[in-house]
Amino acid sequence: MAQADTTRSARRNGHEPAADVPRPEPSRSRSASLLDRAWRELAGIVQRRIPSADLDERDPDYIREQLPLFWLFSSIWFRGEVRGLGNIPDEGPVLLVGNHSGGNMIPDTMVFTVAFSTYFGVERAFYQLAHNLVLSLPGLSWLRKFGTVAASPENARRALASGAALLVYPGGDYEVHRPSWESSRVDFGGRKGFIRLAIEQDVPIVPVVAIGGQETALFLTRGERLAHLLALDRVLRLKVLPVSLALPWIVNVGDFGHIPLPAKITIETLPAIDLRAEFGPDPDADEVYDHLMRLMQDALDALAAERRFPVLG
Amino acid sequence: MRVNSSTTVAAPIESVWAIVTDPERVLSFMSGVTRWEVVGDVPAGLGARYRMLFRIGAAEVGGLIEVVEFTEPSELAWTSVTGLDQRGRWRLREAPGGRTRVELRLAYGVAGAGLSGWIAERIAAPSVSRHARQTLRQLRRLVEQEQLRARAAARRAGAPGG
Repeated sequence: MAQADTTRSARRNGHEPAADVPRPEPSRSRSASLLDRAWRELAGIVQRRIPSADLDERDPDYIREQLPLFWLFSSIWFRGEVRGLGNIPDEGPVLLVGNHSGGNMIPDTMVFTVAFSTYFGVERAFYQLAHNLVLSLPGLSWLRKFGTVAASPENARRALASGAALLVYPGGDYEVHRPSWESSRVDFGGRKGFIRLAIEQDVPIVPVVAIGGQETALFLTRGERLAHLLALDRVLRLKVLPVSLALPWIVNVGDFGHIPLPAKITIETLPAIDLRAEFGPDPDADEVYDHLMRLMQDALDALAAERRFPVLG
Repeated sequence: MRVNSSTTVAAPIESVWAIVTDPERVLSFMSGVTRWEVVGDVPAGLGARYRMLFRIGAAEVGGLIEVVEFTEPSELAWTSVTGLDQRGRWRLREAPGGRTRVELRLAYGVAGAGLSGWIAERIAAPSVSRHARQTLRQLRRLVEQEQLRARAAARRAGAPGG
């Protein structure tokens, strides 16, 4: 039953059915199969909690009324600075590609979303792809009103086809939990799906480079081996089980929320890339990826060179 | 939240009016404003629409505004159509000695934003107020310098052999 539900909500949400959810093997010990069953149950719960992606859930009036609150956080707590929003085409679908920092509290997403929404107005449709787990956490349903949808190729396609601006973080959970000393490194982990998407939908890519998020806590390790050992990668699509030093937990394992340090967050929006104009009628995803990585890494290096002190900026 | 600021400019009212109503020149004297684009076919006058942005804190706020009062050469008022709720007004009055009294009034807020909106308006106020004063200073310099150059040009034109 749980399996059927899981498959259905996964499909509804644009994912392939969770065929790789671990099944108990008869040869395993009793405790192992219990653990497996518990995980499978959890996976079912999470999958059922993932809301079906309905682009219509974005609520401009709600966003407008919440903007002052988020503006306060963004301006006072993070001293946010967003440059170059004029590089984003004024109209039409666009794929915004960002490097992701700051753990699960996603401070850079908040700073950018506030800036984007005030710059173009809440009337311009703007969606953000987020990890399934983020959308299934209790108490975060308001994110959907902000235009956050579960990350899947289908949802991304639907958002772009509707003419909206779409923000993706290809590095996702892998990049966002990188150690703090790798703060000024763009690391998508080789993920290129977003480029094929932009080519297929024929939309421009706008790189969005951010710094500061990795200073909101002391991120120590992604804990990839730990995640694999606990089968989190198969059950929850989590490749990491991050360990950081963060408030108020001190030692923070898994990062189900923490109080971010008030690090200054600076975001730079780079000029839009028209893929077919720059890479010919049939752009090569690898070539675009390399080009994009170079552009973004150069911009991030420049932002890093501007910073004098951690946190203070 | 309301912000008022005023100054006296050593120039006739028509010269000040010509500058505050010219959308092409707004960026050269309005402090904090990062965009001021004409939307539609009417560049100035009643019903003219502009897309404007104003940098405040971590964001550029603003939206579409429309001129709702245009009484030459003394009153220009606008109100927001989209984005931040705002009203603004240029109020010009003739002052003794061929000078002009200029007042800039701004009112802004976000309806329905509750407590956080109330706080945000007040946090932003000192900055908005500073920009309003700076705007008037820049406007005064711009107008007075233009007066000076116009007089100098007239002198040169009138000078023998010039």
